Amino acid sequence: MRRAGVVALNTFREAVRDRVLYNLVFFALLMIAASVAVGQISIGIEQTVIVSLGLSAISVIGLLISVFLGVALVSKEMDKRTLYALLAKPVRRWEFLLGKFGGLVLTLTVNTAAMALGLLLVMLYVKHGLGGSDTVVLVGVYFILLKLALVVALALLFSCFTTPLLAILFTVGLYIVGLYVQELRNLPVQVMSPAMSAFTKWLSYLLPNFENFNVMAMAAHGRAVPGALVLQNTLYTLVYCTIVLTAAAAVFSRRNLK
Amino acid sequence: MKSEKTIAWLLLLVVPLGFEGIWLLQHRIDTQRASISEERDEVLLRSPRLVKAMGLEYAPLLADIYWTRVVQYYGNKHLRGQANLELLWPLLDITTTLDPNLVIAYRFGAMFLSPPAPGGAGRPDLAVQLIQRGIQANPDYWRLYEDLGFVYYFDLKDYQKASAAFLEGSKNPKALVWMKIMAAKVAAEGESFETSMFLWKDIYDSTADPMVKKNALTHMQLLKVKEDCKRLDALADEFEKRFGRRPARISDLAQAGLIRGIPRDPSGYAYVVGKDGKAELNLDSPLLEQQLMQERFRKAMP
Amino acid sequence: MPAPAIETENLTKEYPFGFLHLMKRTSLEGLNMQVETGEVFGFIGPNGAGKSTAIKLLMRLIFPTAGSARILGKPISDVEMHRDIGYLPEQPYFYDYLTATEVLDYFARFHDLAAADRKDRIERMLKKVGLETARKIQLRKYSKGMLQRVGLAQAILHDPKVVILDEPMSGLDPVGRREVRDIILQLKKDGKTVMFSTHILSDAEMLCDRVGVIVGGKLRGVGAPGTLVDMKTLGMEILFELTGASNAPLVAKATRTGDRYRLQVAEEELYAAIEQLRGAGARILSVSQVKATLEEFFMNLVEADRAQGAAVEVSEQ
Repeated sequence: MRRAGVVALNTFREAVRDRVLYNLVFFALLMIAASVAVGQISIGIEQTVIVSLGLSAISVIGLLISVFLGVALVSKEMDKRTLYALLAKPVRRWEFLLGKFGGLVLTLTVNTAAMALGLLLVMLYVKHGLGGSDTVVLVGVYFILLKLALVVALALLFSCFTTPLLAILFTVGLYIVGLYVQELRNLPVQVMSPAMSAFTKWLSYLLPNFENFNVMAMAAHGRAVPGALVLQNTLYTLVYCTIVLTAAAAVFSRRNLK
Repeated sequence: MKSEKTIAWLLLLVVPLGFEGIWLLQHRIDTQRASISEERDEVLLRSPRLVKAMGLEYAPLLADIYWTRVVQYYGNKHLRGQANLELLWPLLDITTTLDPNLVIAYRFGAMFLSPPAPGGAGRPDLAVQLIQRGIQANPDYWRLYEDLGFVYYFDLKDYQKASAAFLEGSKNPKALVWMKIMAAKVAAEGESFETSMFLWKDIYDSTADPMVKKNALTHMQLLKVKEDCKRLDALADEFEKRFGRRPARISDLAQAGLIRGIPRDPSGYAYVVGKDGKAELNLDSPLLEQQLMQERFRKAMP
Repeated sequence: MPAPAIETENLTKEYPFGFLHLMKRTSLEGLNMQVETGEVFGFIGPNGAGKSTAIKLLMRLIFPTAGSARILGKPISDVEMHRDIGYLPEQPYFYDYLTATEVLDYFARFHDLAAADRKDRIERMLKKVGLETARKIQLRKYSKGMLQRVGLAQAILHDPKVVILDEPMSGLDPVGRREVRDIILQLKKDGKTVMFSTHILSDAEMLCDRVGVIVGGKLRGVGAPGTLVDMKTLGMEILFELTGASNAPLVAKATRTGDRYRLQVAEEELYAAIEQLRGAGARILSVSQVKATLEEFFMNLVEADRAQGAAVEVSEQ
């Protein structure tokens, strides 16, 4: 576990040195532009617009980082052969994998926290004060982070057994499917055979459900999210990541390097 | 091999247990989410122009997606018999702004919007607005005039305007001849069985959408029922004149020689005489439910 | 008798290839060998002979199709055993966003060394491999030779009992090669076991207690460099200069490089040749024995292998 920590910290250092956090500048500019524009164009719904825009930007930027860096985490080390010297050290492959995952999640946490802070500042500027109902925005940010952790885990799994390009496609595909699994369940039942219907229902519960983490609409309107949902989503992410990372470790531990 | 094997065994344990947990959690999350927002079908972006701007060059594609959402939304609500269709208009608004030439959106959109519940949103005013926008964007498409006339005729009961719409549409060289006839007939007679039947028949024949087809068929059947009942009532009046009493059952009319055989509704069930002495649908007829629903909502509407 | 530092038993690696991975290419075939504690073992063979495959199998970077291996008496799947081994990959590459100090510190952390100890060791290692002036530079600016030195440093940083080096001399200039040779000799003096692969035979001859020759995925011979080949003298070589022009027949037979001439003669003809050359006005610089070398043994094997390979190809058609 301690060795995984060493890998994690180095992964974080890599992200910082590779200027990943520069995306924050983009986010800052976007939020400044939005806060100026929102006063001009949308009277009465400033809060809604700022929150939806801010959370959307946090989510999109986070997703880009998770997918691309998540896939690169292991494949880049194999490609550049930086992994060879490392695996000769007393470190197990799953420890390396866990460390890589932890490092990117750490990076995303820092990055997302910085963006959340920016969003709060803009809200402060637009509304001239923050109220208790604004904590829902933080819950929204937390849910985005949970979602990103799950995306990283999936990207890591795919990159363990296929090429980076395919891994990106699989991850993005599964993410999009994961947004609509709810719809899968709501499909009009009479258009399908019972077997088909049972299958889609079964599938809709087992595929990662990214819609779980979407509280953007509630956050935008300042409606509170119950604590139970926060707990359930946290557990959901923990369990799902455990499954995916165990699978990734099983694949990666048997993989022949070039 | 040791650690690899351990992980493989662990996987055999983690996958079933983990997915079991996921299954349970997902159900809880679903209940939790359902409780916090009963009406969760939100349209995130309600401004059509903003959506269009964000759609870039893909606006028509986006329109198709929105249109699919409209159909899904309407279909889901319709199936559950829910009358709350308040998001129908914003969705249609966005769809037609994204792609003004998506004629189907105006046509079926009006059909979803205009009729009173449960068939539609009960907003013929918005339906008229939608079709007029469609006509503006697609002046050559004469069927939109038909739809406009349709809304005026059935839902707004404004026969002058319905006639005007049919007439306007008939000026299009591609328009079918009956448009002109319809214009005159509606202007002269207002609502009549023949006109209504013809209009629904045209919808029935010209659509490929099974949902719309079924709806048109139901309307035609109910029109037929209404017309049949009207005729049977007239015969009952005749019966009363001759025998000094209302017929107790339909077979009385047959025995009196007023009709031949027992008339049946379009679903094949014999008509019966109700408590008030008027002809009505058999209790077993599947059409009865449709008829009751139509009447109930018509009464509920101002 | 103590267990060998490294031993392999029937170690085999096949790679599937082609349509549906139906065909197999054997990269290493039934490798059986032992490296004794404290010896320097050279693994020699042409490029693609299976040297790297064998080393990667030992380091568990790839997994064998069959066979097993033990290092320091423990199965190679034992991760804790890795505390006592050092490994230099072929053409090593490290995180290019780190400096030499940082990359060594990163690797040192996996060995549970205290911070002060790490700092001290890194200091000494950088000096040993001659990188102390470049320590603060990110590795993306390093040359191939400098990366090789970093690789060597990380391999011996934690004072391992067994050091496995994959092509340690490649990419180095003569000075660098000399330094690596010194490091290997130093390791031997400290009682470490060193196994390294190379395709440069002179390095192996100079450093190794024993060598294993691997060609075409098979181990063809193991032993001290001298015993592998029959060391009978093939002839004598005379090195001489000419003071004036000469057309003596022996001079015409000699090969000329610069002002000097080399002439190879049979041992029994040596004195007659010297007489004749002196008569032609030559100044004799040196006389030396010509021996069969590892290189010749090696080349014979490679050529035999190629001939066999060709025969196989023909028979397949």
